[in-house]
Amino acid sequence: MSWISGVGLTRYGKHPGRSTLDLMSDAAGLALADAGLERSDVDGLICGYSMTMPHLMLSTLFAEHFGIRPSYAHAIQLGGATGFAMAMAAHLVIESRAARNVLVVAGENRLTGQSRDSAIQTLAQVGHVDYEVPLGATIPAYYGLVASRYMYRYGLDERDLAHLAVLMRSHAQAHPGAQFRTGIDVDAVLSSRPIASPLKLLDCCPVSDGGAAFVISRDPLNEHRVRIRGAAQAHTHQHVSAAPTLSEFGAGISSTGALQAADVQLEDIDYLAIYDSFTITLAILLEEIGLAPRGQSGELACSGYFSRGGKLPLNTHGGLLSYGHCGVGGAMAHLAEAHLQLTGRAGERQAGTPRLALLHGDGGVLSSHVSMVLEAG
Amino acid sequence: MATDRQNTGWVDGCRAIAYQCCGACEHIWYFRREFCPNCGASDPRMCTASGNGRVYAMSMVYRAPSDELHPHAPYLIVMVDTDEGFRMMAHGDPLLAIGDRVRARFIEFGGRLIPRFGKPET
Repeated sequence: MSWISGVGLTRYGKHPGRSTLDLMSDAAGLALADAGLERSDVDGLICGYSMTMPHLMLSTLFAEHFGIRPSYAHAIQLGGATGFAMAMAAHLVIESRAARNVLVVAGENRLTGQSRDSAIQTLAQVGHVDYEVPLGATIPAYYGLVASRYMYRYGLDERDLAHLAVLMRSHAQAHPGAQFRTGIDVDAVLSSRPIASPLKLLDCCPVSDGGAAFVISRDPLNEHRVRIRGAAQAHTHQHVSAAPTLSEFGAGISSTGALQAADVQLEDIDYLAIYDSFTITLAILLEEIGLAPRGQSGELACSGYFSRGGKLPLNTHGGLLSYGHCGVGGAMAHLAEAHLQLTGRAGERQAGTPRLALLHGDGGVLSSHVSMVLEAG
Repeated sequence: MATDRQNTGWVDGCRAIAYQCCGACEHIWYFRREFCPNCGASDPRMCTASGNGRVYAMSMVYRAPSDELHPHAPYLIVMVDTDEGFRMMAHGDPLLAIGDRVRARFIEFGGRLIPRFGKPET
């Protein structure tokens, strides 16, 4: 058993002049304060990676900078799935008794620390270096391919996906830390600049600066701890050209594994934190996990099902689409928000009294999956 | 099905789409390796595809990834299910639709030779 005893989350958007280590330090400080711990209490450290600060040993680089001396440390690289994979690794480290208090931390000045072209080119390397990248494919194009097939197979149009962007923006309007808080409607999504059809600008998450951190501990340190009940992963392929189909990506395998590890049913879940790099990402994941019938997640979003007051509140901070995406920290904001919701600390965003949250992150082009079940303490 | 051990296809500048076939389990695949990713058998056969297939998915790229490619945008990326049974990514002619029968030709793009699919000439 392990406990998430504290979370820290900066606002996402522009942090000019702030480096990867600055943003990691900001988030780590917030998480330690939330947990009620001092730096000297941390004996485990798990980090991710940073495009603007590539380093062979980011975890120990950060440890020296921040002023901690862990007895266990490493970094993880799984693209967008990294944040939840770090939390899962911390859970396993705690259960193995290799550490007592693991700091999980990420941060990156992905928006202001590099050019837009540099970000797009680095991210496009998720494609196959010989067979996909030379075609001029981009991350939005890989997801555009998935979206085209999804719309074709279920007879949908771009409005169906747009509802998911509108939902995330409506949630972000209630979070002061969100990068985008101006309300949008379906027409605004449809008329936004085309990026890679059928995806427009507002179907795509932004690039952001920001940081996020958790303290995962062996002991329940305070009243607002949340228990990690179970976690699982699935990695069925790397490149979208090698995906077995464009409707079964491994998300179902991963979520089923996490629910089994947690010994709960999907029907027991009452809060969702699901990766949403693009509107199509959210649709595919919700439907493959079984949280929406195939082809109907947009319609459900439009009906209020995933809203704060709906049956199954989803990404109440605004998700990657509107809170923002700073790389490894991107999905960690989903966990930070889930933590606030499970502990009744989400303020005006509080969505009832959820007890069990399902988290799901994906990396690559829907190729690496990590799922977790969190329970109110 | 033609067999050519030297031809590795358009990724090496040859005007062909190459794939591999396992002599032990008959698995076929697109990304070149020295063994079968299904059963592990070594020495797979290199084969040349007919270039015929059907459009499985497509995306028009309006925002190219680099200065070098910006002037080419927009261009259509397609995934094609080849008649040989593997799926591949390539360029496609504008106005293609999912489900269309297509045939490959080869074009220069960003200083490289790449496959581009269009409707077969009738």
